[in-house]
Amino acid sequence: MSAQKIVVVGNGMVGHHYVDQLIQSDIKADITVLGSETRPAYDRVHLSEVFAGKDPSELAMTTREFYQENQVEAHFGDAVVDIDRANKKAITQSGRQFSYDKLVLATGSYPFVPPIKGSESPECLTYRTIDDLGEIKANAQDSKIGVVVGGGLLGLECANALKNLGLETHVVEFAPGLMGVQLDDSGSKMLRRKIEALDVKVHTQKATSLIDDQGDETKLRMHFADDTHLDTDMIVFSAGIRPYDQLAKKTGLEVGERGGIVIDYHCRTSDSDIFAIGECALYGNMIYGLVAPGYRMAEVAVKQLGNEEEKPSFKGADMSTKLKLLGVDVGSIGDAHGKTSGAISYIFADEKEEIYKRIITSADSKKLLGAVLVGDCAEYDTLLQYFLNEIDLPDNPESMILPNVEGGAPALGASALPMSATICSCHNVSKGDIFSCIDGGCCSVADVKDATKAATGCGGCAALLKNVVDSEMEARGISVDKSICEHFPYTREEIYHLVRVGEIKSFDELIEKHGHGHGCDICKPAVANILASTWNDYVLQNNHVGLQDTNDTFLANMQKDGTYSVVPRIAGGEIKPTQLIAIGQVAEKYNLYTKITGGQRIDLFGARLNELPDIWKELIDAGLETGHAYGKSVRTVKSCVGSTWCRYGVQDSMGQAIDLENRYKGLRSPHKLKFAVSGCTRECAEAQSKDIGIIATEGGWNLYVCGNGGMKPRHADLFATDLDDETLVKYIDRILMFYIKTADRLQRTSVWMENLEGGLDYLKEVVIDDSLGIANTLEQQMAHIVSTYQCEWKTTINDDEKLKRFRQFVNSKTEDSNVVFVEERGQMRPASDDEKTKLIAKSA
Amino acid sequence: MSSEQIVCDKSDLIENSGVCALVDGEQVAIFYLPTTKQQVFAIANWDPCGKANVLSRGLVGDIKGEIVVASPLHKQHFNLQTGACLEADVSVKAYRASIVDEKVIIA
Ligand code: SRM
Ligand SMILES: Cc1cc2nc3c(=O)[nH]c(=O)nc-3n(C[C@H](O)[C@H](O)[C@H](O)COP(=O)(O)OP(=O)(O)OC[C@H]3O[C@@H](n4cnc5c(N)ncnc54)[C@H](O)[C@@H]3O)c2cc1C
Ligand code: SF4
Ligand code: FES
Repeated sequence: MSAQKIVVVGNGMVGHHYVDQLIQSDIKADITVLGSETRPAYDRVHLSEVFAGKDPSELAMTTREFYQENQVEAHFGDAVVDIDRANKKAITQSGRQFSYDKLVLATGSYPFVPPIKGSESPECLTYRTIDDLGEIKANAQDSKIGVVVGGGLLGLECANALKNLGLETHVVEFAPGLMGVQLDDSGSKMLRRKIEALDVKVHTQKATSLIDDQGDETKLRMHFADDTHLDTDMIVFSAGIRPYDQLAKKTGLEVGERGGIVIDYHCRTSDSDIFAIGECALYGNMIYGLVAPGYRMAEVAVKQLGNEEEKPSFKGADMSTKLKLLGVDVGSIGDAHGKTSGAISYIFADEKEEIYKRIITSADSKKLLGAVLVGDCAEYDTLLQYFLNEIDLPDNPESMILPNVEGGAPALGASALPMSATICSCHNVSKGDIFSCIDGGCCSVADVKDATKAATGCGGCAALLKNVVDSEMEARGISVDKSICEHFPYTREEIYHLVRVGEIKSFDELIEKHGHGHGCDICKPAVANILASTWNDYVLQNNHVGLQDTNDTFLANMQKDGTYSVVPRIAGGEIKPTQLIAIGQVAEKYNLYTKITGGQRIDLFGARLNELPDIWKELIDAGLETGHAYGKSVRTVKSCVGSTWCRYGVQDSMGQAIDLENRYKGLRSPHKLKFAVSGCTRECAEAQSKDIGIIATEGGWNLYVCGNGGMKPRHADLFATDLDDETLVKYIDRILMFYIKTADRLQRTSVWMENLEGGLDYLKEVVIDDSLGIANTLEQQMAHIVSTYQCEWKTTINDDEKLKRFRQFVNSKTEDSNVVFVEERGQMRPASDDEKTKLIAKSA
Repeated sequence: MSSEQIVCDKSDLIENSGVCALVDGEQVAIFYLPTTKQQVFAIANWDPCGKANVLSRGLVGDIKGEIVVASPLHKQHFNLQTGACLEADVSVKAYRASIVDEKVIIA
């Protein structure tokens, strides 16, 4: 068969998927793509991430080059304006004509703007394309208030975007509730409460009648049918979508009463040479406004071109969704409104935690028909599998959504799922597909992702995918190599045990007994760290010194030019004026660049290796000690002034911070540890972003754990409330020692806890209920560390042998000529390469 | 460098670690690995990737049989015998080093 001429109109997510599938098939086709947007297809689903900092180019799903390489003729920025069905030609705005054997309409949809007078003003926008994003951003620049019209899924996403842009944000909805399509009444109310708590103002049952420029201090005023009004600077309409079906109408194809190009189960329109797929298509009187169903249509439509006898058909698609809207988890499955006849519901609501869950089952409680989850979507994956695979519910279906019931909710193990179960609906990957991948040699989640694309769409299936892959790998007895490096066939945790149980005190002993070779820059620092958190010997002891990571070797942080920074400990951020003066004098004497750090202390930069001991001698004489800024160890305990000074403080947060910093200083751990203590719920010390966070209450201290800032910020979890001083310290001892014992190298507490099987609840059991019977041991181990603390710099400056190490050259007093400083804002800084060349040329 | 010369005493070296010596105006990183056959190794101190004189302050070890130092700045590994970098297409000068009568000799 000679190649068929295929013309695809529209290069959105679905249009591109069609082309991609066609290229990968063995069907011979000359493909032409005609898109009205100026750029090739991009990921619309993740559009909002641009507001959170993503570059629009990262959303690209394909490129012009990819099309070229695959002989696809592609034209962008030129919409198709007519179809000449008699002569089988598509005609574009610029007058170009493309003849086809088969035409595919993938024109998607556009945001509906209600016909309100004034809605054509330049401050009235929509939200669907990358270009729209640009306009919203531009408009937001001189706006204070923004309104989103429409309280559906997209409207709320848009509200989040406006909030991210720093606007006072309002949502105006015509219906009585938010997300009426996906949520029942109570779910919708709970969502509203949560969203209002985030400072987004919600106005329901408001019909906008007019938009004019009569706002008091704003650019616009919206007038509502009930004679109220709302002042705003900009409006984004997100009041539903309408299929782009004008082209189809014009050329006489059948369209639905309320729009949409009518298709049959082979995705054919009323002209059998024309297909329609994605959001422009109407199947069974329904528009599928999600990408997964669109992808299925694209796949079905491609298959119609092939030679197989049996042509697959589109059978409708599941519209369940799980989303995080404005940080609120929302899930909706199947018949969320319980409209099926005879259906019964089980409902759980917790107004304190603002969680609402409802499941809808068949009359005999055997099958799940639908579900609504607001505030907590933990059960979504499991429920969706029950729903999609019609798995029999347990005898007490309410256990599916009740927290901590006796016996626990029956989490659906991956093994309980049938082979046909869809794991990733975006890319239509079933459990069976994953198994055949593993048969074919894939042996990690990453391999399976590469091979099947699973979890690379909306990402909602990632946890389930991991679960399926891991449990199958385990079932097949395939162990994944978790060795720390080529020198030790053990994980960090196993090495920790070998050290403790075998009472091993040095690296040489360990590698002789349990490893081979000389070690490397992975295992040596990890072992040095384990030895330190177990025995707490001086880190520069002869048999340890060669193991230490760069910074620990010289007890300072190396900078880009080979000089070092010096950070004295300033426990809790409290410092005496005399000490401040001493720091200032040292900085001045050694000409060090001085800066207040992000951790409430002072960093002195630009010290040469040979200057470190002298600098430290002077600092120690002034009563200061090392701040361990160089170690994988406790950094700072951030504080606020608390009840001593602050009119809101309810406890002495300052004293607590200082005590804690002094208790745990010097503690080596798998990664650095940061603490904070706030004096009241205003949380000025930002304790909820720390590994260990403490917030004072009337009754004592609330303890938060496993938060961090940095690359991937994570809010800490509330661990225990209203603790007295003694219990607080006891819990922290246990948590930290358990972390040191079980975490991977360079794993911060957040990632550690997320990887602990059982997570926060498990950690509570171990620490609070002592479920492993190790609490005492953990406390004793911490007591040993606390009692053997030493200021490493003090030990070092008193040891002449050790000081020899701090010479730039063993055979000369010369200084490193490559260290060159220039002055900026009254202080010195390292010269740039260019500056160095010039300075060196001058002096030569 | 013209010929063999004594640069320091063996006691100036640090076991399983490095120090730096100035030899005819060149910065030379000298490593002492008592458990290897060759015992002392010497390469240039200049890290061409990080553009600073720091290699003597890196961690030593072996990777797939090659004795290496990891740059303290960005962890590229340099072969202590040849000066070749394992990750990037660069290398640093390698010197012959030995210990004779408790003295460290570089050529
Ligand atoms: C000096 C300082 C920046 C400043 O000018 O203020 C700083 C400087 C460095 N930070 Fe930081 N961080 C500093 C506060 C922070 C903070 C803020 C805080 O602690 O409140 C954070 C985010 C909070 C957190 O860690 O959760 C922070 C997140 C990081 C990260 C990312 C960690 C993560 O889990 O994603 C790294 C990289 C790492 O540790 O692997 C890092 C690593 C570094 C290193 C050690 C990078 C390096 O290896 O050269 C920097 C050298 C310090 C030096 O030369 O003295 N620094 N760093 C701050 C020192 C605080 C102190 O007094 O000790
Ligand atoms: C902010 C946002 C968030 C979303 N979140 C989700 C989500 O979480 N999950 C989910 O499943 N779905 C989500 N969606 C919906 C999803 O993006 C759509 O279902 C999907 O993009 C539909 O693909 P499509 O190819 O049919 O349409 P589109 O992606 O809209 O592509 C159609 C393309 O055709 C072009 N076109 C139109 N007419 C013509 C013409 N005459 N000639 C040439 N070209 C033409 C259009 O300009 C457009 O580029 C979201 C949508 C938005 C806007
Ligand atoms: S957290 Fe509370 S006590 Fe501390 S400074 Fe803020 S308001 Fe005051
Ligand atoms: S379900 Fe969306 S990526 Fe898998």
